[in-house]
Amino acid sequence: MYEMYYTLILILDSTVRLSTPLLLACLAGLYSERAGVVDIGLEGKMLGAAFGAGAVGYLTADAWAGLLAGIAVSVGLGLIHGFASITNRGNQIVSGVAINFLAMGLTALLGQTWFRQGGKTPALPEGGRFRDITFPFAEELRDVPVIGPLYSELLSGHNILVYLAFLAVPLTWWVLFRTRFGLRLRAVGENPAAVDTAGISVTWLRYRAVIACGVLCGFAGSYLSIAQSSGFIKDMTAGKGFIALAALIFAKWKPANAMFACLLFGFLDAVAIRLQGQSIPGIGEIPVQFFQALPYILTVILLAGFIGRAIPPKAAGIPYLKERS
Amino acid sequence: MNDTPAIKLRKINKSFGPVHANRDIDLVVKKGSIHGIIGENGAGKSTLMSILYGFYQADTGDIIVNGNKVTIPDSKAAITLGIGMVHQHFMLVDNFSVLENVILGAEDSQRLAGGINRARGELRRLEEEYELRVDPDALIQDLPVGLQQRVEILKALYRSAEVLILDEPTGVLTPAEADHLFKILEVLRSEGKTILLITHKLREIMAITDTVSVMRRGEMVATRKTAETSMEELAELMVGRSVLLRVDKKPAEPAAPVMEVENLTVTDSRGVVVVKDVSFSVRAGEIVGIAGVSGNGQSELLETLAGIRRATSGTLRINGETIDLGTSSLDAADMRAKSMAHVPEDRHRMGLINSFSEYENSILGYHRDPAYSKGPLLDLAAIRKNAVAEIEKYDIRPPNPMLRTANFSGGNQQKIVLAREIERDPDVLLVGQPTRGVDIGAIEFIHKRLVEMRDAGKGVLLVSVELDEIRALSDRVLVMFDGKIVGERGSDADEGELGLLMAGVEDERNLLEGAAQ
Repeated sequence: MYEMYYTLILILDSTVRLSTPLLLACLAGLYSERAGVVDIGLEGKMLGAAFGAGAVGYLTADAWAGLLAGIAVSVGLGLIHGFASITNRGNQIVSGVAINFLAMGLTALLGQTWFRQGGKTPALPEGGRFRDITFPFAEELRDVPVIGPLYSELLSGHNILVYLAFLAVPLTWWVLFRTRFGLRLRAVGENPAAVDTAGISVTWLRYRAVIACGVLCGFAGSYLSIAQSSGFIKDMTAGKGFIALAALIFAKWKPANAMFACLLFGFLDAVAIRLQGQSIPGIGEIPVQFFQALPYILTVILLAGFIGRAIPPKAAGIPYLKERS
Repeated sequence: MNDTPAIKLRKINKSFGPVHANRDIDLVVKKGSIHGIIGENGAGKSTLMSILYGFYQADTGDIIVNGNKVTIPDSKAAITLGIGMVHQHFMLVDNFSVLENVILGAEDSQRLAGGINRARGELRRLEEEYELRVDPDALIQDLPVGLQQRVEILKALYRSAEVLILDEPTGVLTPAEADHLFKILEVLRSEGKTILLITHKLREIMAITDTVSVMRRGEMVATRKTAETSMEELAELMVGRSVLLRVDKKPAEPAAPVMEVENLTVTDSRGVVVVKDVSFSVRAGEIVGIAGVSGNGQSELLETLAGIRRATSGTLRINGETIDLGTSSLDAADMRAKSMAHVPEDRHRMGLINSFSEYENSILGYHRDPAYSKGPLLDLAAIRKNAVAEIEKYDIRPPNPMLRTANFSGGNQQKIVLAREIERDPDVLLVGQPTRGVDIGAIEFIHKRLVEMRDAGKGVLLVSVELDEIRALSDRVLVMFDGKIVGERGSDADEGELGLLMAGVEDERNLLEGAAQ
């Protein structure tokens, strides 16, 4: 019994770790899409950030410098997306896909050129990586039944980015629903003409949303290379940006829902890892691909209307054009 | 009292590509008055007001507000100058509450709470003062359009607008809601606000305005004191007395009806009944013209008959076959198969694909015709040969079937559409605004073709807002007003009389008589 409980705690612990980058990227997408800019380039921005953070983290041996570099790369890619889709009113999907390819190619190329380790960045030196934070008395309480593992395994022992990611949820909610910026951001994603006629610049507002998205994607990518692992590996995002996008739809573009969606998808991932190679009585071995596909399957089921309706911001994906031509 | 006009416009010009939407517009609006601007759809009223509100920028011209020359680069500047606008399509965020919509852009501080609370109090005050009651916490999407419009007015008042522009405010309102709106406007005027009312409805102008300016095809053609003008005069000014068109034609020799429409009723997507129980017939060998100020149901009537809009109820008899339009699911292709051809009112939206070349456009809608195909493939040689023949016959210039239709002039584009529809030899031709945006030479040519169709024993249904065109071509004239056919006249119809019918005056007199009895 206790064994099972402990196993559950361990699975939840790795759920939290696996959910963190999803959550950061999902909230990133939330800012962008709530403002009417569809961002399929979350994946690319994360990858770029992971590389930037890994490279700078290695060179400076400073995790914070790595994080800043990650954010800078991600915001830079976001601004390209903004320039294409806001300023020049291009197709947001095409621009996002281009960002993904750009990041995939550039990280591999620069990684190989600079570090000559097959696209990897070298392992981080001491200080270049965010260390796990151990809560007070975590060791002492470890053996207390029930609460002990909960406190010392699940709550304690994560790096700072994990805590920040979960703090970003209420913060995002507050920004969106309790501030002027949030009101305008949501308005511009629903009806940009209403924002324009209210005397607010649609362009500048959407750029700010894209920048907020870039910052959060920067956190997400940096988490992968300088917190969860010790260095950048080629294509290390492995589709997490797309899962985050699926989570965003699953969450119906709401911050608290986003957290639960990401935890669910993270949990599926954790279970998949746990069950790898293990046989379940009566079912047999479940292929790991099944769990990998589940987030997408769930999202498709959601979109088909089985779990309520997911209605995107009304102006999402539509460039704002004022003048007739 | 200060006599400086609230708004003065001097020589405003605005073009959208080749379309000159506003041409040398002058306008003076007195403070504390309700100033109507009337004109048909597309006359340039909305463009002018959007310029005043900073949504568009004028190409040339001056704007003078309270005696000061100003530039209005964006809506923010207009708001600062005390100009508010209620757009035809509401500028509201559907899933926001009334309060959120009102404060959007005028939130006071970074945090919302303060602004929301202030707005709540201010709204209560405005509600009291102007009788603009609306639940501040209701979501816009749950409100009927009348209340949504009230929110738009509140938005403007919350920003302390002194000049309020209303663009076609009654288009979406029921008559009762419209009356209530007018009451609100009168209250606003009594509080010293200046109101610019844009509309194409004469009744509203007569009912509420102090002064009225008439726009036609991008120009300001007249300004009158409302008390000193009449619906008749305004109708005439709106529709315009352009160069008298003469079409040589011999008297019609109508035969049996080819198309009969009975009790046709059409409801649009907003749920407004736009065509109301309309019945008429078109005989072989005659041109039936439908006159009316645009927006009175003619477009919807034409689209329904062409199979691109669903009817609510009604029947259509064509060549002896009876079709229940309320239940049938006939589309445009089916209608064409029944030998009804359609020249749509707006060739850019419905008649042509402007990025396609001329020869491709010359078979649109008829592309399934076996004459143009070789098995599953298009027979390009046959299509081009046909296109070249049409180009020659209709004198389409430049005579190049490979050219994209976007590169043809309006008149030549219209000829491409006309050639395509007429050359399939239909029994009935539905034509909407055949000469809109077309030069004089092409107008003559197009008119001649339509008369030739008639003389060949075909039925032609002509919808046009150009009264001269209707009178020059039609053998019978039907006048539509408010979705109904309110009168029928012969080819010798008197212009003034038609104008009255188009303005709904005759109709209203009948109603008054009915009420008196």
